[in-house]
Amino acid sequence: MENQTKPGSRKLILLLLLVPLVAVLVPAFYNFTNPSIGGMPFFYWWQLLWIAGVAVCVGIVYLVTRRTR
Amino acid sequence: MIPKFDGLEFGIVIAMFAVVTVLGFLATRWRRGASLASVEEWGLGGRRFGTVVSWFLIGGDLYTAYTFVAVPALLFGTGAAGFFAVPYTIAVFPLVMFAAARMWSVCHEHGYATSAEFVRGRHGSAILALLVAITGIVATMPYIALQLTGIRAVIETMGIGGDWPLWIAFVVLAAYTFTSGLRAPALVAFVKDILIYVMVLVAVIYIPYKLGGYDVIFRGAQSALAAKGYSTLLTGSQYLGYTTLALGSALALFLYPHAVTGVLASRSRDVVKKNMTLLPAYSLMLGFIALLGYMALAAHVKPVGGTAAKPDTTTIVPVLFNSEFPHWFAGLAFGAIVIGALVPAAIMAIAAANTFARDIYKPYIRPSASEREEGLVSQIASVVLKLGAVGVIVGLKLTFALEFQLIGGVVVIQILPSVVLGLYTRWYHRWALVAGWVVGMGLSVYMLYITPSTTAAHFGSASFAFSSWGIDTKLTIWTGIVGVVANLVVATGLTPVLARLPRGRDETSPDDYLEAEAPPMPFGPGPAVGQT
Repeated sequence: MENQTKPGSRKLILLLLLVPLVAVLVPAFYNFTNPSIGGMPFFYWWQLLWIAGVAVCVGIVYLVTRRTR
Repeated sequence: MIPKFDGLEFGIVIAMFAVVTVLGFLATRWRRGASLASVEEWGLGGRRFGTVVSWFLIGGDLYTAYTFVAVPALLFGTGAAGFFAVPYTIAVFPLVMFAAARMWSVCHEHGYATSAEFVRGRHGSAILALLVAITGIVATMPYIALQLTGIRAVIETMGIGGDWPLWIAFVVLAAYTFTSGLRAPALVAFVKDILIYVMVLVAVIYIPYKLGGYDVIFRGAQSALAAKGYSTLLTGSQYLGYTTLALGSALALFLYPHAVTGVLASRSRDVVKKNMTLLPAYSLMLGFIALLGYMALAAHVKPVGGTAAKPDTTTIVPVLFNSEFPHWFAGLAFGAIVIGALVPAAIMAIAAANTFARDIYKPYIRPSASEREEGLVSQIASVVLKLGAVGVIVGLKLTFALEFQLIGGVVVIQILPSVVLGLYTRWYHRWALVAGWVVGMGLSVYMLYITPSTTAAHFGSASFAFSSWGIDTKLTIWTGIVGVVANLVVATGLTPVLARLPRGRDETSPDDYLEAEAPPMPFGPGPAVGQT
């Protein structure tokens, strides 16, 4: 199975690692109060949410590259 | 303000400490090989830890008691900027995933126990390896000392004066680390983290419930911060500082010797990569712990200890627990913080001791040292490092040590070109890397030197204000980023220039960086690369 994946698409999946970096390292994207959830400003829940986000992104890359790298 | 002595809390903390001590000594027997007397066995646990043990070990190693008291204290003191710990511990995993896997493979293949050994093997440069070793040890020492501030925050809150509890805690820790090596903190980390997860879960549900919800907490925090000129949101001029501090700390984290030790103690490359997916669970805990700082603001917590004019803000979490929870529960939490200080302190001391034994003692003092002797040197060095740390904390002013910790990341990131780029390319010339280190380190130390704090004229902070160079702006940047960019520019620029000088011998081959799994070296050849 693994061997049938094209090397190009496997490389492309590495871009997934960039997504959480951009999401949390550019404060201009999230330095707001609203929308808030249960009184927690956007600034806080957005960054906390990306903890789950990074686990998912890294997890997918892990599964795809499991046998090859 | 001096709090009243609390016998119940003290008793619980002592009992927990006793249990952990017994565990620490019993760890000698845990999954042991033929003998503990070598860096491989004592200092890396035989490189046999599976996914779960590695998760607790690396997690317990990176998310320290100091973090648990300092990060909420930062939010308590300065608001949103303190939340950088969350993007920092998010960014680290995508950044280091493949580098850590390559590091594990090449070190496993060649029996390297430290990044300095890898650098010697890869770049064939004894000088560069020595620089990497010294950088690692220098960055780690204040970090060990700082773990004591977690313990101190707890004992101050319990109303106990004097430094004797610090000495006792570290002497006992030194004793069982000496006998059991890395197995001791690995085993204790289970207890520590399960306790901390329970405490945090209870705290982030119960305290907001008691205070009237997150709404009340954030509004209370905002009004308390506004009075001091801070806010629960960043200002535009803080963006650059926030981003560079988070990114730089993430890049620096896995360069610390104790992080490398945690990675190398894993059983396989797969365990390392899998843990990059699982470790963010600790970040979630850290994120909620950070918010304890705002809960403390909303609950009008007053820090204790320190001096009357400048109370010790690292005590706010213990004080918050003391005021919001029954004392038996606060006692459990305090015990968790104390144990949470012991685990990373032990791993850091072991990592720095391994570096001393493998990269300074063996090459420079006794090249003929046997494995057994190397192991013993490492054991003794770990004891010296721990007792030295207590001496530093007790002897010097506490704020002084805190400043050194800030510097730790700035210092350790200077080995990034030699270690991390070394994992991917041989293009760089060894002398260009040495020159890059000298320039990067020199520039960083100079920038730290001209940065004042409210209490000191020099080494005040790792956030560098461009106004120090006469530029009219409020922007700040994390000093380490500037240093490492200078380092990279010099190393890259000089590599073609130095092409005529002899290159070092590279004892690694490209396949070594991809090796998946094999039995430890002494027992013969492993399965073919790629097989699982």
